[in-house]
Amino acid sequence: MSVLARLGRFRPLLRHRLISLVPISAVILVLPLLFSSAYYYRVAALVFIFAIAAIGLNLLMGFAGQVSLGHAGFMGIGAYAVAIGPIHLGIPPLLSFVLGAILSALIAFVVGRPILRLKGHYLAVATLGFGVLLAIVFTNEANWTGGPDGMTVRQAALLNWPLRGAETWYWTLALSFLIGAALALNLVDSPTGRALRAIHNSEIAARVLGVDVAQKKLMIFVVSAVYASVAGSFFALLNGYITPDVSGFLRSIELVAMVVLGGMGSVTGSLVGATVLVILPQALTSFHDYEHMALGLIVMSVMIFLRGGIVPSLAGVFGGRRS
Amino acid sequence: MAEFLQFLFSGLTVGAIYALVAIGFTLIYNASDVVNFAQGEFVMLGGMTTVFLGYAGVPLPFAAVAAVAVATAVGLALYRFAIETAREANAVTLIIITIGASIFLRGAAEIVFDKRFHSLPQLFGSDPIRIGGATILPQSVVVLAGALIIMVSLWAFIDRTLFGRAVIATSANRVAARLVGIDTRIIVGACFALSAAIGAIAGVLITPITLTSYNAGTLLALKGFAAVMLGGIGSAVGAVVGGILLGLFEAFAAGYVSASYKDAVAFLVILVVLFAMPQGLFGKATIERV
Amino acid sequence: MSVLSAEGLSIAFGGVRAVDGVSFEVAPGIVFSIIGPNGAGKTTLFNLISGLRPPDDGCVRLRGEDVTALAPDQLARRGLSRTFQNLQIFTHLTAIENVMVGRHRHEKTGILADLLHLPAVGRQNRHTRERAAAALARVGLEDMADRPAGALAYGDLKRLEIARALASEPTVLLLDEPAAGCNPVETKELEDIIRGIVQEGITVVLVEHDMRLVMNVSDRIHVLANGRTLAEGVVAEVRANAAVIEAYLGVRGAREAAGAVD
Repeated sequence: MSVLARLGRFRPLLRHRLISLVPISAVILVLPLLFSSAYYYRVAALVFIFAIAAIGLNLLMGFAGQVSLGHAGFMGIGAYAVAIGPIHLGIPPLLSFVLGAILSALIAFVVGRPILRLKGHYLAVATLGFGVLLAIVFTNEANWTGGPDGMTVRQAALLNWPLRGAETWYWTLALSFLIGAALALNLVDSPTGRALRAIHNSEIAARVLGVDVAQKKLMIFVVSAVYASVAGSFFALLNGYITPDVSGFLRSIELVAMVVLGGMGSVTGSLVGATVLVILPQALTSFHDYEHMALGLIVMSVMIFLRGGIVPSLAGVFGGRRS
Repeated sequence: MAEFLQFLFSGLTVGAIYALVAIGFTLIYNASDVVNFAQGEFVMLGGMTTVFLGYAGVPLPFAAVAAVAVATAVGLALYRFAIETAREANAVTLIIITIGASIFLRGAAEIVFDKRFHSLPQLFGSDPIRIGGATILPQSVVVLAGALIIMVSLWAFIDRTLFGRAVIATSANRVAARLVGIDTRIIVGACFALSAAIGAIAGVLITPITLTSYNAGTLLALKGFAAVMLGGIGSAVGAVVGGILLGLFEAFAAGYVSASYKDAVAFLVILVVLFAMPQGLFGKATIERV
Repeated sequence: MSVLSAEGLSIAFGGVRAVDGVSFEVAPGIVFSIIGPNGAGKTTLFNLISGLRPPDDGCVRLRGEDVTALAPDQLARRGLSRTFQNLQIFTHLTAIENVMVGRHRHEKTGILADLLHLPAVGRQNRHTRERAAAALARVGLEDMADRPAGALAYGDLKRLEIARALASEPTVLLLDEPAAGCNPVETKELEDIIRGIVQEGITVVLVEHDMRLVMNVSDRIHVLANGRTLAEGVVAEVRANAAVIEAYLGVRGAREAAGAVD
């Protein structure tokens, strides 16, 4: 057998649904060699956190074609769960983590039902209102949340291994990100995934083919809420401190920007989008004051010019498939 | 009774501002189907620009006029560079674009101005007027009168002038309007400019009472939107009624229920309206054809 | 027993009675065509039958069961499938993925299994893909399987919708103006496809404007005009029906046609 024929046997492997995780994993393994201090590990850790949230939002927006302008609200639930649990309720951090995710899922389930009946700008504003409402609650209930000044978050431990130190967080979050990405990629190549993508294009045709559109939308809303909650919990544990900003309007818009910038419907794109929007403020520390202007410009430019997003546009250039 | 009147007065005052923001929304929405989130920034620009021009030594009346001019220019720029360029975008994309614009303007205000609260002197002094055991600030009367004048002028303009007719035509059917020779880009641009001007005037009027800061716009936009939803999107009467009702709800909720959750009222209103009666008080229920 | 029947279906929009007391029965395994001039209410009738809109009056029965109040996805699970006049293709999916969505009611894995991609999901994906490929072959689109649906030509998209509807293994297939916008060659291919479908035991209900297609494939024809039934019968009966001719050609046109025939 010729060499080319032998290599050809690997072609089906290249179409495997998880293939994009291979180069990403490679980068993750190699990247620390470039890190000269804990600072870089920390920035990377932040990227993974927001990538997780972005993947969740992407499932909702990019695949199912819905919109949520209040998704940071769920990040807030996860973040405050992990803060309030140990300090006010005596629940260990990791259990609080899980409870936060469950709580987010429940709230998403209850709120999602009526909200997802809305479409277009009504849905956008309803989710916006929901997110801001949560932020107001976090700001006001100072007895629980420490109010606008926020509260500290106790360190967590994974089976007696304390989660502290930028390096530990880097690997923990990298693994979590890969798991989250794998689950999402699994979903894309499944009946649920196809049904969601179908819903995005034509709800009516999907219904006529037997898809319970309302139920599917609700399920993916719950899943995306859990992703956001997990990301929020990690964020709180990483920083050791949280403020209501974690669930604020600006944060929700940043998430949307990450999803759109990276490419709606592209899991890899969510990582790219998160990378750009996390690194930018870090790179602009001397221009910290310009952060909001930059975010506003990015959001506008992406929505006006680059609506396809970075990854799908690049994939188009190289003639590849969407991943 | 005195308490009730007090809440009524403050509710009407802030409601008048919400009504003006809502009218601005409606003007733009009717002409272009865009839900303009940057509406609140126009109000902020009106107040802040006046304040800082005042600090720079400009006599306040001129500062106010200049501020309105600045806001109008910003409104036109928003239309020309963000909205017009995005031409065939869908409703959600357009909303996100205007949100981006509002964040951008807020960020710019942060730098050009500063992050503190600022005020303007009240037009007729700060001695409260006593009515029925409650007090009302002279500035509140100014706000209410000003809002009324603006609404009447706007109505007269739309109803009585040729340009106003063109606006109505564009709102009814953009394609048909173009077919009869109306340059809809000018009309829509004018609506953006007009909305911005109205917002800025509202900002100048209300700053003596509520103060202003670089981030006052965001919450205002959200509340203006709540007013529009309550009144029924696309309805000018609805915008006014929705704004005043929202102001009253807020004032009474703050007074009788909880002051710290005052801001939550608008969002509760949004959610309740969207779930219970999406077309609002005066809007038309849309029929979907397959 | 009829596989699909309508009894006294009516719906009004504002003051207009779009469908007014329409009744019919469709025997299993035939091609039942609904025709009528523009505005006769054919598509509205289709929407009533396929659960997209509830009627003001009347009922729809599928194999004897009253399905009037059921939603489209519930009807799909009972074996009713349809295509759309204005094409509702999933443009972001490939052709074969479009058809795979048609298999949805036969796919049994839930969201949790899908997230974890349990072995059952892999097996099911393969099975679904096979069946989808077969459906594509039935309409002659097997070469287009991996092309993005948005890139396909109009005529191919009409066939894709049919393949998609077929993939759900329906008992009754509603085709909404499948020949609209097709050239004569495509329309002839459509005829063959429809005959093939009926040979498999699927009942076809057709709304169509193309008279040649209707006359060539139909077993029974139901004529609508102004929302009401004008006539029903086999091809020859309907063709000779004076009222039908009048509805299509107008009174004068009918006289001229009658004069021209003999």
